[in-house]
Amino acid sequence: MKTDDLVTMLAAGAGAVEPAATARRYASALGWGAFGATLLMAILLGVRPDLAEAARLPMFWMKLAFPACLAAGALYAAARLSRPGVRLGRVSAALAAPVLAMWLLAAFVLATAAAGEREALIFGATWNSCPLLVALLSLPLFVAAMWAMKGLAPTRLATAGAAAGLLAGSAGALIYALHCPEMEAPFLAIWYLLGMLIPAAAGALIGPRLLRW
Amino acid sequence: MEGSVSATEDRLRDLMVRGLAGDSAAYHAFLKELGAHLRAFLRKRLARLPDDVEDLVQETLLAVHNQRHTYETDQPLTAWVHAIARYKLVDLMRRRAGREAMNDPLDDELAVFASSDTEATDARRDLAKLLERLPERQRLPIQYMKLEGLSVIEAARATGMSESAVKVGVHRGLKALAAMIRGGT
Repeated sequence: MKTDDLVTMLAAGAGAVEPAATARRYASALGWGAFGATLLMAILLGVRPDLAEAARLPMFWMKLAFPACLAAGALYAAARLSRPGVRLGRVSAALAAPVLAMWLLAAFVLATAAAGEREALIFGATWNSCPLLVALLSLPLFVAAMWAMKGLAPTRLATAGAAAGLLAGSAGALIYALHCPEMEAPFLAIWYLLGMLIPAAAGALIGPRLLRW
Repeated sequence: MEGSVSATEDRLRDLMVRGLAGDSAAYHAFLKELGAHLRAFLRKRLARLPDDVEDLVQETLLAVHNQRHTYETDQPLTAWVHAIARYKLVDLMRRRAGREAMNDPLDDELAVFASSDTEATDARRDLAKLLERLPERQRLPIQYMKLEGLSVIEAARATGMSESAVKVGVHRGLKALAAMIRGGT
């Protein structure tokens, strides 16, 4: 086929394209993914029974704000990485800020705590299940975010996969926080972050194969 | 025909935006002119693989078409096209497993509209042959709508498929075509 014939073929009946494809795709991916993750949390783990009391404590909202800020940064990164030739801009600052803030808070909490309390602040009661459960809850979101990315046009595939994975991980952590009883900054700064990084690493690994176009 | 790069950007962008709104004559003009720019851009960068140039022009045009929904008007068209051309070029190099064949740096976005070359050589890969290998539910809609120029309604009548199945068939068929090219088959 000659290139002119290909051009004619591609243009024939091409029709209008719905605008804002990136926004629409990520909106439905996040909607379905969050629905799946919430269902998984409710069935497998259950919402923490003292949610109403916990919601009166500022630290509860800090615990939600941490993954929520990271999810916002990851969504911004994923959306930009989904379109060819869009620069990343302030993505790394947007991702680093919530992590640094939580680390600073954790360092402050640890520095002001009595020596005997530090271990409990770091490990809580659930450190060994927290990262894996965050990763588990992020699975539906991971599939959805990869679907969204796959239908767009990322050109840096490992980075794009990592951003989609981090989006899934941080949104999964947000939902996990409704179950999880831990309330201490050092715990969140380590184990939540680790849980969110598992899907991000998985995304970076499979991105180059999965996201090609 | 080395016009100024920014005039080319403005003209092509206008054609692209009209094309995305459904003006297929403007879209045809856009792809045709874009093909010439891509040819010049890729020929310069594939000096050691001259026989691959036209294939890569076609592959890139197909990619531009398949991913056209990712162009948003807040972005210079130059940057969008350059990123796609570069992605396809690097992908080809990876398939050829030898980046040394590339002898020009790839980072200058403006280079993609800097020159134009309307002298098409023959493509080595025949897309028409690849199209024949698509499953019927993709091949027939492409055949009727894209090659014979029927409307969606007419193509639906001719194939006995629903209108939405015809549209999906065209869309998936062109994506499958890109995948076949990528697979090197």
